[in-house]
Amino acid sequence: MQAEHVDIAQFLSDHAPFDDLPEEAVNKLASQVEIAYFRAGTEILNYGEDIADLFVIRTGAVEIYRRDGDLYNRLTIGGIFGQMGLLMNRKVRFPAKALEDTLVYCINVELFNQYCDEYETFADFFEADGNVRLHQAIVEQADSNDLTTAKVKSLLHRDVVTVAKDASVQMVAQLMTQESVSSVLVTDADKPISDDPDDDDGQVVGIITDRDLRTSVIAEGLSYEAPAAQIMQKDLVLLDSNAYVFEAVLAMLRDNIHHLPVVVKKKPIGVISLSDILRYESQSSLLLVRGILAQQSVEDLAHYARQLPNVFVRMVNEDANSHMIGTAMAVIGRTFKQRLLDLAEEKFGPPPVPYCFIALGSMARDEQLIVTDQDNAIILDNSFNEEFHDEYFQNLADFVCDGLAECGYKYCEGEIMASFKKWRLTREQWKEQFAGWMAEPKPQALLHSSIFFDLDGVYGKNKWADELKRFIATEGRKNKRFLANLAANARNRTPPLGFFKDFVLEHNGQHKRSMNLKRRGTAPLSDVIRVHALAIGSRKQNSFERLEDIIEAKLLPEGKAQDLRDALEYIAMIRIRHQAWQIEKLDEAPDNDLEPHLLSPFEQRNLKEAFAILDKAQNFLKFRYSANSGMK
Amino acid sequence: MAKQGAKLDWPTRYQQLLAQSKQPLIKAFYESAICDLNTPISDIPLVALDFETTGLNYQNDDIVSVGLIPFNTKRIFCKDSQHWIVQPRRKLAEESIVIHGITHSEVSDAPDFSTIMAPLLAALKGKVIVVHFAPIERHFLYQALQARLGEGLEFAVIDTLDLETRALKAKQGLLGRLFNSKLDSVRLADSRIRYSLPAYQNHNALNDATATAELLQAQIAYHYRPDTPLSELLI
Repeated sequence: MQAEHVDIAQFLSDHAPFDDLPEEAVNKLASQVEIAYFRAGTEILNYGEDIADLFVIRTGAVEIYRRDGDLYNRLTIGGIFGQMGLLMNRKVRFPAKALEDTLVYCINVELFNQYCDEYETFADFFEADGNVRLHQAIVEQADSNDLTTAKVKSLLHRDVVTVAKDASVQMVAQLMTQESVSSVLVTDADKPISDDPDDDDGQVVGIITDRDLRTSVIAEGLSYEAPAAQIMQKDLVLLDSNAYVFEAVLAMLRDNIHHLPVVVKKKPIGVISLSDILRYESQSSLLLVRGILAQQSVEDLAHYARQLPNVFVRMVNEDANSHMIGTAMAVIGRTFKQRLLDLAEEKFGPPPVPYCFIALGSMARDEQLIVTDQDNAIILDNSFNEEFHDEYFQNLADFVCDGLAECGYKYCEGEIMASFKKWRLTREQWKEQFAGWMAEPKPQALLHSSIFFDLDGVYGKNKWADELKRFIATEGRKNKRFLANLAANARNRTPPLGFFKDFVLEHNGQHKRSMNLKRRGTAPLSDVIRVHALAIGSRKQNSFERLEDIIEAKLLPEGKAQDLRDALEYIAMIRIRHQAWQIEKLDEAPDNDLEPHLLSPFEQRNLKEAFAILDKAQNFLKFRYSANSGMK
Repeated sequence: MAKQGAKLDWPTRYQQLLAQSKQPLIKAFYESAICDLNTPISDIPLVALDFETTGLNYQNDDIVSVGLIPFNTKRIFCKDSQHWIVQPRRKLAEESIVIHGITHSEVSDAPDFSTIMAPLLAALKGKVIVVHFAPIERHFLYQALQARLGEGLEFAVIDTLDLETRALKAKQGLLGRLFNSKLDSVRLADSRIRYSLPAYQNHNALNDATATAELLQAQIAYHYRPDTPLSELLI
């Protein structure tokens, strides 16, 4: 027979989460607790000690501390503590001290777990408890995730409107008016859709929007009889009807276009417009991009850039994945550069020789987050003459780099910025530079490889950037010694896992014991992926896209590339959510330093697994790209 | 019978009692009694004991309920607590009904004390008994067993009332003693207030035993070190 502890039961039933438990459950709990008294000023829990109980304060007051001694919380009657320790290897995470004489009820961990299993509201209380916890910010990627699971076809609400390519522009305008649409797709009957013999319209070859009628017909005084093909936009980005909504967002962001034809096996079924997406997706990274282009001065841009953290947080809260957030942030970064270059050219006049402004590193990979340096350079036309032209490009580069710094993109500590003369080279010089780095892989060159070997054109002659990518892709794979050195270099930054698969924490200025998710996680993963990508001559820059090429090339043992993708996504998302949490909940500057005890045991386990994949992948590099294997 | 407040050589006394005892239940208690009085209090298994009685006169009154709860200086173990209502051989006085919250019908359905002797002694065995105001538990338990087994039980106790009196006297100081200033109340509920312990609503033997255990933890936290030898607390 369990003796009844009426007073304890009564107390518990007056306090959450016990107030939601059935009466018998409360009585049972009351008959099972242990009671302990702590005189004011005494330690209740010391960091790192074993912990086997949940504590409920019956009388008194308790202060909870962070490990570094900072006060974390002050609890009084009915307050609960110790749950973090119970959820984390049963070691005390937050030391506790009696502020006043305190009587506590201790609920054994077995009982605690049993009650969590049996009573949902009880478990929920500890899941969503009032303590500020990263746990809340870092929830499992929701399966109800709208942006990443919804398909574009779900946004199509009307039948597609098409015209033949030889229809007159007047007919096009009449059709658009009649159908109340802002765009029509242009089809070519000469290009039949092979899967559908009944179709006689043919494939989509272009699109005409309201704007095209205005700018290409009316403004140009074009004959109304001119054929549609003459004014249509031919550089089409077609979306498959099975594409996800976020892919449509990515496509629009990347190319700054507002209409995307949707096709099923080349047969047009509709058009997704910017407004369809905006109606669907409120986070409005697209609007931010448009807004950047409308700013008229560096001051305006800098002011406008203050919205960026909010856009970032909103995307995170809407469960965008890391690829999408990385792309959105990179596109936004790129747009700042483009707008600054517009303003620079307004100020300093048109360039004396053509050039291409390139982004390097994470921005080129579409993996940029909110905390980022500016890494950039300029490719100059081969006709560049230092004596006559350099001053112009120095001014232009200074203007852009200073402007970026004002917009929150910190100066690159490694001096990899277009404002340094050594990173303004002609097309030929750049090729020589890359050839030199690949032929003579000195440590400095290898350091550069993780930044320069991810590059993307931002402004001007962007095809020169593509040309360089092509050059790197063809030359890199041929050079075994370069790949071996690159592989060795990619093993330098190890994941923060100890011998017993525990987290290895580092001391770092502000955050005393934390791990750097970028330096020890996403960056070395990108390094590993870059080696494989260069080995197969992939010209992709984004790590996820590189992995697709790597999978297709069957370079790695079955499933390994997929593991890398999962690991990268997981670590990247933890990093992203950590930053969003810092911005939103703590109102502090985001960083990459995570204190792992802020994660749930489940998340810690996943994170360890992700790091273990990185560890294995680094070891694999040793075998795959050793200088010897190149001799075979 | 040991007298209240007198310091007795308990190990020797237990040896004598063991030698004289005829009853296996009582023998077992003496055999397992803690004999090293130098043991630090933090290493001692304790059990708080409380009786509700029909009155204060152990010769005329009888036990109505028994509450006990094992504990040590760190934790009080509710899951091992016990609470029994027994049939007194005296009629329940009207005023005690209110205090205990035990009604005539509850008592009339209750078994005789003899049915709880074995589990009671088993729960006390090997532990140091803690009470608030020792004479009640000492006399009533002695009498109840004497009446049924023909042999009473003597036992060492830690009396929280005794400890509280000592603490208040120490606080009162020499001057206070010389002027014979009045000590604060050492009743259980009043003593608990001095340590910010909560006021319990329901008065039954188990609640009071629990309240006594909490009080001892608080007293030790305030007035003693964890390595205080048992002998210093025992009476």
